[in-house]
Amino acid sequence: MAWFNSHLLTNVVFSPLLWAGLGFLIPVSKQYEAGFLKFWTLVGTIITFIFSVVLYIQFDPNVFEFQFIEFVPWIAELGISYHFGIDGISLWLILLTTFLSPIVILSSFSAIGHRLREYYFLLLVLESAMLGAFVSLDLFLFYVFWEVMLVPMYFLIGIWGGKERIYAALKFFLFTVVGSLLMLVAIFYLAYLHKIQFGVYSASILDLYRVRTLANGIFSPQALLFLAFALAFAVKVPMFPLHTWLPDAHVQAPTAGSVILAGVLLKMGGYGFIRFAFPLFPEAVRIFQVAFLILGTTAVLYGAWVSMVQPDIKKLVAYSSVSHMGFVIIGLFSLNSISVTGSIYQMLNHGISTGGLFLLVGILYERRHTREIKDFGGITRVMPLFSVAFMITALSSIALPGTNGFIGEFLILLGTWKEHPMLAGVSALCVIFGAIYMLWAFQRMMFGPIKNKENETLKDLNFREIVVIVPIIICIFFMGIFPNFFFNKMNASVQKFLSQAGESSTIVYRSIPPQEVKRARQ
Amino acid sequence: MLGLIIGFPLLGFLVNGIWYLVFQSSPSAKKANSVVTGLISTLAISVSLAISLWLFYKFSLVSESSRVIEQKIFSWIQFSGLQVDFILRLDALSLIFCLVISGVGALIHLYSIGYMAHDKTPGKFFAYLNLFCFAMLILVLGGSLPVLFLGWEGVGLCSYLLIGYWYEDYEKAIAGKKAFVVNRIGDFGFLLGMFLIFTSFGTLDFEFLRLSVIQGNAPNLPHLIESGTVTAICLLLFLGCTGKSAQIPLYVWLPDAMAGPTPVSALIHAATMVTSGIYLVARMNFLFLLSPTAMQIVAVTGGLTAVFAGTIAVAQTDIKKILAYSTVSQLGYMFLGCGVGAFSAGVFHVVTHAFFKALLFLGAGSVIHGMHEEQNILKMGNLRKHMPKTYLVFLVAWLAICGIPPFSGFFSKDEILWKTFSSHGGSIWLWVLGVLGAILTAFYMTRLFVLTFLGDYRGSNDNKIHDSPSVMIVPLQILAVFSLLGGLIGIPHFSWIEHWLLPVIPHHEIEDLSSHSLEWILMGVSVLVAVVGIVFIFRFYRNLNRANELKQKFSRLYEIIQHKWFIDEIYEFLLVKPIHAFSKNLWLEMDVGIVDRLMVGFGKFSQWSGQGLRVLHTGVVQIYLVFVLLGAFLALGYLIYGMV
Repeated sequence: MAWFNSHLLTNVVFSPLLWAGLGFLIPVSKQYEAGFLKFWTLVGTIITFIFSVVLYIQFDPNVFEFQFIEFVPWIAELGISYHFGIDGISLWLILLTTFLSPIVILSSFSAIGHRLREYYFLLLVLESAMLGAFVSLDLFLFYVFWEVMLVPMYFLIGIWGGKERIYAALKFFLFTVVGSLLMLVAIFYLAYLHKIQFGVYSASILDLYRVRTLANGIFSPQALLFLAFALAFAVKVPMFPLHTWLPDAHVQAPTAGSVILAGVLLKMGGYGFIRFAFPLFPEAVRIFQVAFLILGTTAVLYGAWVSMVQPDIKKLVAYSSVSHMGFVIIGLFSLNSISVTGSIYQMLNHGISTGGLFLLVGILYERRHTREIKDFGGITRVMPLFSVAFMITALSSIALPGTNGFIGEFLILLGTWKEHPMLAGVSALCVIFGAIYMLWAFQRMMFGPIKNKENETLKDLNFREIVVIVPIIICIFFMGIFPNFFFNKMNASVQKFLSQAGESSTIVYRSIPPQEVKRARQ
Repeated sequence: MLGLIIGFPLLGFLVNGIWYLVFQSSPSAKKANSVVTGLISTLAISVSLAISLWLFYKFSLVSESSRVIEQKIFSWIQFSGLQVDFILRLDALSLIFCLVISGVGALIHLYSIGYMAHDKTPGKFFAYLNLFCFAMLILVLGGSLPVLFLGWEGVGLCSYLLIGYWYEDYEKAIAGKKAFVVNRIGDFGFLLGMFLIFTSFGTLDFEFLRLSVIQGNAPNLPHLIESGTVTAICLLLFLGCTGKSAQIPLYVWLPDAMAGPTPVSALIHAATMVTSGIYLVARMNFLFLLSPTAMQIVAVTGGLTAVFAGTIAVAQTDIKKILAYSTVSQLGYMFLGCGVGAFSAGVFHVVTHAFFKALLFLGAGSVIHGMHEEQNILKMGNLRKHMPKTYLVFLVAWLAICGIPPFSGFFSKDEILWKTFSSHGGSIWLWVLGVLGAILTAFYMTRLFVLTFLGDYRGSNDNKIHDSPSVMIVPLQILAVFSLLGGLIGIPHFSWIEHWLLPVIPHHEIEDLSSHSLEWILMGVSVLVAVVGIVFIFRFYRNLNRANELKQKFSRLYEIIQHKWFIDEIYEFLLVKPIHAFSKNLWLEMDVGIVDRLMVGFGKFSQWSGQGLRVLHTGVVQIYLVFVLLGAFLALGYLIYGMV
């Protein structure tokens, strides 16, 4: 128990992997294999979720430094170590990952029919890799997890995907790998700089935060280093114009793959900016700030416009991701406490609502084996529960107040308005276009008479599917009404982030105690 | 206490909604009865009404300055840099709206039990209705802009859901989406206005904002006024109002919204939700008063809308469409009042309008119900004989909206017209717009009334026509009493409502340009205009041939008006189609054609260059790794020696 407590992060990160390994060793007769694998994996991810809840409970919101630190030298000569630790930002991304994982597993029960053993094994490996990337404080270690993450995803798309799965998988893989190679070089270079400035190699970011580099113009070392990191993260986010792998990957991936991809992998990009690119290269951020803001704004509108005309519902959701993640970029690069908090929140929101949308689309796909919007119509009559769930998730995606989406977009736009009113104003147009693409698609699929005979006999959500979708819906409202639950444990880390990355401006919120209002009134 | 006002409708929504989802939603479920579920939701909103009435009583006991109750429900958004609490605040203004919402709301809930008796899913209907009341009460009770916005979007959502309530009719679903999207255009303005307030004043709370402006302790207030920031704030907020309250240029959704069930049209699209724009302007009156430009724009928009919508209404044949355009026109009146600085007159008209317009819609609903879903007034006639009770209450509502004394509409409309003429911000031209609107109102309402209730029956079979059950008639009769007497709260010079609103809407000096005798003369003019209009139309439409002759004579004009000045078609042509085409090109030409090809092109390039370097492809992984490392070190070497 003591070991468990002192190595909490190791336990969280490696429990899915361990569970996957154990599962392989247990011999099960062919007859029961499928059932066993499903429940074994489900239990494994639930255990991991419970571990991460322990993490949440023990996390101290008042501490500015990293918590649950674990440090073991790995390749000491090069300063590479097994270095884990989390702050209030990674805490929530870990919880998002462990929360989505059991949901994803449960949603795959009927969707995946062949090669179950490999499928569930890969999902568990993927979970470990993602968690590892979120807790790594050593850049090299982070890089290892970052690359390991690609492999299971590559196979998930390539083996269990749709018709064009090989092309999509390869595109996904190449975009990400090419993007991150320069990051590897930059990591080596940073370790070397540390050697020059402090006498030893180090890849730990706690050390590297102290490294000083020259930042005078866009070809200065710091600017180039920043770009090397930014390229890797921008591909992942994905930022316009590096987003074109996303629609293909999403459409071809199996439902579980899409949910994980949208829910967690895209967050890896935003997280990378927050943890590495911004604090390591604060001056370079200033150099490219406006460019990134403009690209982010472009993504917001571009994604919304392109979503509007998609004939394929999954592609529509994929492009809407581009739009939503554009908001994250805007918020981060506006660099004040409101916009950055909004960005982090938007990452969680996007994981929940877009994840939810992919789950729902997957449920429909299982029944009809089509994703074309025009093949549906009038579904509400035969699937009323599905329709309610879809409506709520769609509303969260278009940021209706009361749902999680509103808090994120509101904070990002409010914060950005303070720094760049024009860009915030243009991005806010998404309020209109978001409603158009989402409600139009919803109306074409769910309303009207049933035109297609095959839709007459569709079954509404079954019990398992309700169990899959209800946690998402609860989250949507909970995060929309009680965002403070999340901000409480996030606030200190955001403050620290801003002090490292440099705040654009401090926001003074004026509020007066009620007694004074009363006095003034009389 | 305030929490309970919004809490009960929420409870009603949850009970009905969950009951519906669990037991009623499946297509094979037994058809539900509208009575039980209807009574639950009626009870829920009645409790809100009771609490509002009790608070009203409490308020009337205490002095003006202490007529405020504030309750913090929970802390909504809070971290260093921002604090938005979920605060409800009841003052004189929001109390009036609360009473109207819960009072008219309760009657309409009751009425719906009868109206929705044959519906398949009453549980869903009443759940939505309660949810609407919940959101609407939040809108008027919200103590800060974000909380108000929560209600603002909430009522928009309910409006969307209820317009498309019969979703299997695709036209209705489209009308719902149109309402939502057009409203969102307004919300875009609202959001930006909110941001601008935050960055200018550093707060989003109404009370604090008001105090900063009134006591002048807002940092650099003169600068904000001078630089036009205040005007920009007001206009952005007003853009939101034009969406929600259906003013030019965003009114187009409201007539289509008539696709919803008639009680919904009465509650949401006549009595309450569409007045939230007036609420917002009245709430922010201290800010609007700082910007004469914004005020002028509000007044002109209101006046133009009042006339413009009136012209469309005269040539419509759908009973609900006429009432919809009439609502747009009356809302224009309210903004005209607000725009000339007579905010309390605007609010007064909100109240009386809620009574008589709800009555008109519910009466129309009773007609539609009795005529078995017939909405075309040309196929009605002589319903006086078949539906005497409905006829009687409709008569009251008709006289009220035409502005005949002593019916309620007369007082509020006359107040607005007088203020438009006499106040500092008003002018004779705005007054003329108002009077024109009044003439048009008398015109289309009398036409509607005569064609529906008088003359000969023009439908096919009048045997089946029946008057409505008393669960529908009683609410109508109550509303009729209020439509008759409601004006008494605003008798000129003894206006109770103006006095009541003083803590929120202080008297700013309205210059009396003229004497009392002029006031009487103008009052006489507006009454005379209405009476002449009524008599004229009366004679015309008793004999339809004469009306048809006129129609022939001005056939082109008639055509244009009947097609609503082709505004929908113009929007379609100028906005909807181009945006759609643009998006399509953006996707196919830009995204697939250029961006993706470029990105994949990089890959193709390396593949192509790889062909030449095929000799190196030995298939031995170790050698590849050596190359990778070599490359990495080369890049590293460049970084180290090239730049440091």
